[in-house]
Amino acid sequence: MNKFILTVLLFFPLFVLSQENQKDYGEFHGNFELNAQTYSADSLIEAESVDEIMRVNTYANFTYTKGNFSAGLRYEAYLNTLLGYDQRYNGQGIANRYVSYVSDDFEIAVGNYYEQFGNGLILRTYEDKTLGIDNSLDGIRLKYIPVKGVRLTGLIGKQKLYWDYGPGIVRGFDGEISLNETFKKLTDAKTRIIIGGSFVSKFQKNFDPVYNFPENVGAFSGRFNLSRNAFILSSEYAYKINDPSSDNGNIFKDGNALLINGSWSKKGIGILFSMLRLDNMSFRSDRAATINDLNINYLPAITKTHTYAFGAMYPFATQPNGQIGANIEFFCNFKRKSKLGGKYGMNVSVNYSQVNSIQKTEIIVNPNDEIPNLNGYTSNFFAIGKELFFRDFNIEIHKKVSKKLKIRAVYMYEDYNKLVIQGKYGMIHADIGILDFTYKFNSKNALRVENEILITGREPSGKKQDYGDWYMTTLEYTSSPHWFFAISDQYNYGNPDINRRVHYFIISGGYTKGANRIQINYGKQREGVTCVGGVCRTVPASNGFSLTITSTF
Amino acid sequence: MRVIIILIVLSLYGNIVFSQNEKKSELPSIDIKTLTGETFNTSDIKNPEGPVFLSFWATWCKPCIKELIAVDENYEDWQDEFGLKVYAVSIDDVKSMNRVAPFVNGRAWDFEVLLDPNSDFKRAMNVINVPHSFILNENGEVIWQHNSYSPGDEDEIYKILKEITPEKED
Repeated sequence: MNKFILTVLLFFPLFVLSQENQKDYGEFHGNFELNAQTYSADSLIEAESVDEIMRVNTYANFTYTKGNFSAGLRYEAYLNTLLGYDQRYNGQGIANRYVSYVSDDFEIAVGNYYEQFGNGLILRTYEDKTLGIDNSLDGIRLKYIPVKGVRLTGLIGKQKLYWDYGPGIVRGFDGEISLNETFKKLTDAKTRIIIGGSFVSKFQKNFDPVYNFPENVGAFSGRFNLSRNAFILSSEYAYKINDPSSDNGNIFKDGNALLINGSWSKKGIGILFSMLRLDNMSFRSDRAATINDLNINYLPAITKTHTYAFGAMYPFATQPNGQIGANIEFFCNFKRKSKLGGKYGMNVSVNYSQVNSIQKTEIIVNPNDEIPNLNGYTSNFFAIGKELFFRDFNIEIHKKVSKKLKIRAVYMYEDYNKLVIQGKYGMIHADIGILDFTYKFNSKNALRVENEILITGREPSGKKQDYGDWYMTTLEYTSSPHWFFAISDQYNYGNPDINRRVHYFIISGGYTKGANRIQINYGKQREGVTCVGGVCRTVPASNGFSLTITSTF
Repeated sequence: MRVIIILIVLSLYGNIVFSQNEKKSELPSIDIKTLTGETFNTSDIKNPEGPVFLSFWATWCKPCIKELIAVDENYEDWQDEFGLKVYAVSIDDVKSMNRVAPFVNGRAWDFEVLLDPNSDFKRAMNVINVPHSFILNENGEVIWQHNSYSPGDEDEIYKILKEITPEKED
């Protein structure tokens, strides 16, 4: 008996320990995404074939967390990369890996990290697979909370450029104080105030035999966020020291940006106002970089993002060299059983935005000057440039008509400076109408019918602008929670070139189970531009099968 | 080759963790923001009175909005029946993040709305695209997740909520 007790006592700690161990293995999660596409040539829509017949983009993330410790990596394979993505992606390997330790008041991260200072006007690293963007910094990041409500972040690193790194080194510091958190007196105050500031500097060696490019370029910004009851106001001003680059034609002028956001809202009603002025604000860790490569900062397009196919036909992209614009939006919910709301209520939003050039006066360089003025131009901060880049007025109504039928209707009036935004054609006017019906047969099965029309203006000669008029119908049948089938046809019936009045027909089906999803499409995709947040990628016309598999585990 | 070895080791490790670990997964601790710009740690997403419905969405995502409308239509009933709390985490970035407050109020939604402008929380939860929603039990453990939305998915959500809620003795 004694022996038995002794044995139990001896092994008890081990038993407990192994139980403890079992509980303490940490957590392992991840996700997986595969996009495959076959390409067949179709000269009519300018779709190309590829030698590989099929191309595949794959991403898989693995994250491990245990207590305060976390680590992760991302495997990526582009074999070869889908058309429309930069071909420098071709290849496979580990594209991202990091280790971090977080405690209550500090954090250490090494490896690849994503960070945003304030609104991102001088620093934002992020990834967006649909845009093919991953400008993560590979280096060190420290965060520290010295007192409650005060947050300090310091970082250094090199930016990722496809499978390589950019030549520059990026260093940054950000501080933020939330007054209501820090000062006890203000804890319960109705007015909430947050103030912050950042400094970011890049270093790139100058090898240019002609220009004396600055090797260290700094940028700083200040911001605040103020809210009281239904009212929120936030603003950030950023300033960048001389930064000659291929973006700005190697001028030495300083850059600046001002962003203002305000909103007022309470139950059932909301108003939003945004304004953004940019002057020479492109900021990259390589002065020779172009397209979407090595951006250190993020300059948001403040115009409304449209996701209906024709609403997104002419998307605005931010113009870092200079733009001034504003956006106003009004939201309203008409209650159930009210006069306008009807039995089930109605939702309305109205939006107007306009973006113009900034006023610029060119500086003529006098070669006889001892120190020539290489600033390129001067700009009056308060003047609005004459050139229109983008204008969008739209109204959207969402109404539940009966228990079975929901309708969404959209009208858009757009002016689009395609020459400035995409570098081709010129000014385009478009009127767009959308009617989207969802009919629920029963608790599981529903049919969605989407009709869209886009009508462009006319050139002085009477010819239709750009690709002319379009019409589209989509039928989408869903059987919750697993299946969907859709057919869609975009018909370019008003193309000024009669031979190009083409049908873009697509059939697709998908199956979802929990967080796993598979989708197959077959058909023709028109040439277009995919944009997220004012950053865009051109998508070439294509013809063939595509397969998408996503899974989160 | 090195990559394959790492992947195999990691996946084996994952298997061990999954097979040995009875504990369900909990939310990571990530700093995101409230609608007024204040910092909010995601480990505070919890509801001692019942389950949590956590939805990743964006103002530009139509199926997300449909899902939240469907949840909103049932919210009062689900609060009464299960003590449910809804957290709607918007992944709108700087471009549209200030749209979230008037948008949510304009629709008279009663959810806890949070902002994840640089997708830090989205990445930590391995969410690929929105809508992606999770159900947490009252201990804060993730017990269900789903990607995409089709009309009628709310019935599936109801079924899960019913399954995890202990029968009340009347």
